[in-house]
Amino acid sequence: MNIHEYQARDILRAHGVPVPPGEVAATAEEAERIAARLGGTVVIKAQVHAGGRGKAGGVKLATGRAEAREKAAAILALTIKGLPVRQVLVAPAEDIASEAYVGIIVDRASRRPVFMVSREGGVDIEEVAATNPAAIVRLAVDPRYGLLSFQAYQLATALYDDIQQQRACARILQQLYAAFMASGASLAEINPLVTTPDGTVKALDAKFNIDDNELDRRPDIEALRDVGAEPEGETIAREAGLTFIKLDGDIGNVVNGAGLAMATMDLIKYYGGEPANFLDIGGSSNPEKVVNALRIITSDENVKVICFNIFGGITRCDDVANGIVAATRQIDIKVPLVIRLTGTNEQLALQILERAGFNATTSMDEVVQRAVELAQQA
Amino acid sequence: MSILIDRDTRLLVQGITGRDGSFHTRQMLEYGTAVVGGVTPGKGGQSFAGPDDRSVPIFDTVAEAVAATAANTSVIYVPPAFAADAMMEAADAGIALIVAITEGVPVLDMTRVYPFVMEKGVRLLGPNCPGLISPGKAKVGIMPGSIVQPGPVGVVSRSGTLTYEFVYLLTQAGIGQTTCVGIGGDPINGTSFIDCLEAFEQDPETKAVVIMGEIGGTDEQQAAEYVRSRMSKPVVGFIAGQTAPPGRRMGHAGAIISGSAGTAAEKIDAFEENGIAVARKPSDVVGLIQRVL
Repeated sequence: MNIHEYQARDILRAHGVPVPPGEVAATAEEAERIAARLGGTVVIKAQVHAGGRGKAGGVKLATGRAEAREKAAAILALTIKGLPVRQVLVAPAEDIASEAYVGIIVDRASRRPVFMVSREGGVDIEEVAATNPAAIVRLAVDPRYGLLSFQAYQLATALYDDIQQQRACARILQQLYAAFMASGASLAEINPLVTTPDGTVKALDAKFNIDDNELDRRPDIEALRDVGAEPEGETIAREAGLTFIKLDGDIGNVVNGAGLAMATMDLIKYYGGEPANFLDIGGSSNPEKVVNALRIITSDENVKVICFNIFGGITRCDDVANGIVAATRQIDIKVPLVIRLTGTNEQLALQILERAGFNATTSMDEVVQRAVELAQQA
Repeated sequence: MSILIDRDTRLLVQGITGRDGSFHTRQMLEYGTAVVGGVTPGKGGQSFAGPDDRSVPIFDTVAEAVAATAANTSVIYVPPAFAADAMMEAADAGIALIVAITEGVPVLDMTRVYPFVMEKGVRLLGPNCPGLISPGKAKVGIMPGSIVQPGPVGVVSRSGTLTYEFVYLLTQAGIGQTTCVGIGGDPINGTSFIDCLEAFEQDPETKAVVIMGEIGGTDEQQAAEYVRSRMSKPVVGFIAGQTAPPGRRMGHAGAIISGSAGTAAEKIDAFEENGIAVARKPSDVVGLIQRVL
């Protein structure tokens, strides 16, 4: 799950990290009032789950109430990478002497939380990793001991030469680690970590990604979810226990299992078609899931054909067949369905479908080729 | 021969009385796996009724179960909140191979489990994996026994149903398997591709290997390097997720292109540069394997 910058700043603040003041606004008028309260020049930042906000015009400076209102209105009218901006963060503009990057990720290769710090802050760390990898210092943490004081200090010396700043930074790194663990994050970064002309070290911008598997045991973090910032179908799918990701093509597909779902999308492309979605109905045998899946896919107007690819293991093919039949009674499906079912209770499933007037195949190649043909004819 | 499990496997089921645990315990018994015990706290002393009037004793703890049954393998079906503890309990009790089926284990939990099981010298498969099957000998996990047959090909994959698809294609073409292993779709798992490739290389009955990867991470790239430098047996590969958009988690927690890293294209290149023939679509695997056998 992604959370917004202002929410990430709140988490950091709660763990003691020095973060400048700032408030979130949903209208230009609110932004104006916050700017007036803060006084001086403010920065107004779009709150969307997308990188590259600055380049998209989503970050602007404003001096005075009128300008703040005008800039906020402009940002609130933007759509960045397909996501409409619904909130802005208004914060005082800081005088910046230096910008650094500090972040933690769960590193797959070392199977540990790994700190990454760099004197090259304020830019995308991936860019630094690609162009100047030597500028990034890494440290793997043993989660049984946490970030030890000497390790934090060691990282801080890679960023600052002044002892006061080194100590301040080491403290921030410990606090960042605590925030990372307490929120069940898979990534937590402060970018930039700045120094101001008087030498103070503080966090200007923050980004947290939360491990979805942590949310059941962290209701306070789950409560940060901004449903309005997710594509609509994905919210419905999550609530129905399905994994759904909308894509740009016209061939809808319903598959059991994530690997097979990806392979089905790839095969659609291989035969010259374009997948409209990724959808995994999971391993359980519940006809209701199929009904929900069809409801979500048919709400996408681009979809010209829907392709089922089910390999029955734990999933029983007859349950899926019953779900298809039930769905066609409940929903007015205007596009053709092509169906592949094989594995557990395959014969029973084929009988159920045949009685309801559907044809089905047992070959994945065949069903995908048929789907691509139908999409091209439509 | 086979890898990891065979006729000597003595299996415990952690979470044997749950919905998934009980269903799959029956399936494993029907396949012929020696299920010697189950563990559900509070139900010690009871027994689990399997098919054909077979009964499996239930224990409160893994330690008790190991002492009473000499189990050497454990399979875990407990809910995600308790899965990390279940893995460490099994490792502590002296189990040699732990197979964690549970999906949804927080990755930070796995950063603690992994060093714990490694220090005990235990092999952990998963979590979020379908388990493994050595056709005709034993099955541990949830792979359907009906689609496999004994033969010369080792299969290793990060996926569940995609593995079944490949195994089904091989079996239909009359090509059997030594062992089919699903290592799981999470970012941190106990057993890597390389661990399985090493075991297949050493297994005299395995003549060729099929490896199925997907987007996210660099496990496939490391596996490709291993195949080139350390393996004598031919390897055929497949990568899922060529059409996956960057930055989105494709069902599996570990299946995500981060920035520009972990794409299908770079993994396919790594396979081909290191001598692994890549199937462009699943059904191509049959021809590629026939060519090398």
